[in-house]
Amino acid sequence: MAAGAERRNPGDRALRGPRRRIAISALSTLVFLGVVAVVLATAPGMSVVQERFFSLDDLRRSLPQVAGGFLRNVQLMLIAEVLILALGLLLAVVRLLPGPVFFPLRMVAVGYIDLFRGIPLILVLFMVGFGLPGLQLQVISTRSIFVYGVISLVLVYSAYVAEVYRAGIESVHRSQMAAARSLGLNRWQAMRFVVLPQAIRRVVPPLLNDFIGLQKDTALVSVIGVVEAAREGQAYGAQYFNYAGYVVAAALFVLITIPLARFTDLLIARDRRRRQAASL
Amino acid sequence: MSDSRTPLLQLEDVHKSFGAVEVLRGIDLTVDHHEVVSLIGSSGSGKSTLLQCVNLLEGVNAGRILLDGQEITASGVAVNQIRRRVGIVFQTYNLFPHMTVLQNITLAPRRVLKQSPREAGRAAVELLGRFGLDDKRDEYPDRLSGGQQQRTAIVRALAMEPDLMLFDEVTSALDPELVGEVLAVIRDLAETGMTMVIVSHEMAFVREIADRVCFLDAGTIVETAPPEEIFRAPQHDRTQQFLQRIIEAGRL
Repeated sequence: MAAGAERRNPGDRALRGPRRRIAISALSTLVFLGVVAVVLATAPGMSVVQERFFSLDDLRRSLPQVAGGFLRNVQLMLIAEVLILALGLLLAVVRLLPGPVFFPLRMVAVGYIDLFRGIPLILVLFMVGFGLPGLQLQVISTRSIFVYGVISLVLVYSAYVAEVYRAGIESVHRSQMAAARSLGLNRWQAMRFVVLPQAIRRVVPPLLNDFIGLQKDTALVSVIGVVEAAREGQAYGAQYFNYAGYVVAAALFVLITIPLARFTDLLIARDRRRRQAASL
Repeated sequence: MSDSRTPLLQLEDVHKSFGAVEVLRGIDLTVDHHEVVSLIGSSGSGKSTLLQCVNLLEGVNAGRILLDGQEITASGVAVNQIRRRVGIVFQTYNLFPHMTVLQNITLAPRRVLKQSPREAGRAAVELLGRFGLDDKRDEYPDRLSGGQQQRTAIVRALAMEPDLMLFDEVTSALDPELVGEVLAVIRDLAETGMTMVIVSHEMAFVREIADRVCFLDAGTIVETAPPEEIFRAPQHDRTQQFLQRIIEAGRL
């Protein structure tokens, strides 16, 4: 720490500004990683864990199988997300309908959101995946488990997303609605052309957050028998007594999340730049 | 359009409360075609609420409002039909920040009057040119000065070709050097014969542009007179006190 105190001295000109900051962050990162490495290396079971989870041979061998299953996860998340964004928006708009006439509709929306935000996804999966076929209805009960998986994800996540939309809609100042109505637009037109475009732009980051949550939760659908990445990892483990499949699956989930997060940052920054002067 | 002997706007004993607070306590007001009426009074006297009632942004608790002889406060009135005939400009501009100037202006003509994009665009460009905003049509509101934003808001209201324009303290949020350009636009409108109700604290402007001035106090119209009378020889104590305060503040 004596060196640090010395560097803070204004008379010292060896390292200043950005270079000094980079040097400090590099040093602290090295120290941090070193500590982590030492702790892991001295763990008694480290060699076993390394063999069972991170052996290169197994990582390589499990990749095709797990990646094949991961395509299912991608299908699940894409199909579910489209439905979630639509249903969530509908729920939010219905929940915010004004006037006594719409009380029953508002009540249904509020009840739906309360219910499906409250039930753990895994229980919804069991109820939908085993309950709907049990009803023995013509159309509903004869779907594939993939469809039941999508239905479960949509039920739970649309309730979350509805609340995100609602927060966005309520964050648009009411003077915007007043201005739109004063021009003769009806409530629906004002909502569609003035309030919602602003609201949705503001909630893109939290929507993305929920989308990432959804991506991960597609792995849960395996509990009703859908064969996806986590399930393939498990299968690989059962066959070779090795958990590398789980690590591969985890890596695949992380891999698709990060670019999506950066892409959203980019969208937000571009929108802000477009609307505001860089300098006045 | 009915004949011009019917006043364009009539308020009859209009009452409006927000909760327990009665903001308007029996307003009677008549505005003829091509007339410019100005409402003055201290904050909280009900001026802005009165404009919002005329635009049906707020409902009234009692009394009637008639536009061109038609009662617009009756139940079952097509609110959106009325609103497109009455333009309002707000203190805070209230432009739509996610749309360009041109999109702000053409939104209502396209969606309410069902004009084609080309038709609405042509009319908007013409209006923008008239008010010196031709080069701003593709800008977003955040990139404009306050004066430019407020002029855009006026153009947006005018694009609906309203019979009546309401101005709600439209220069109050502006830097002093930007007030002039907005007042010039309103002056220009007065010369074209637009019927207007103007709430303003710019007394010099009110004096110059208004045909009649109404002084509001605590939700009632205390005094109505032509500007030269009300500013030179106010009849009512309250009016005298209000104008005295204005003079002391150096705003007249």
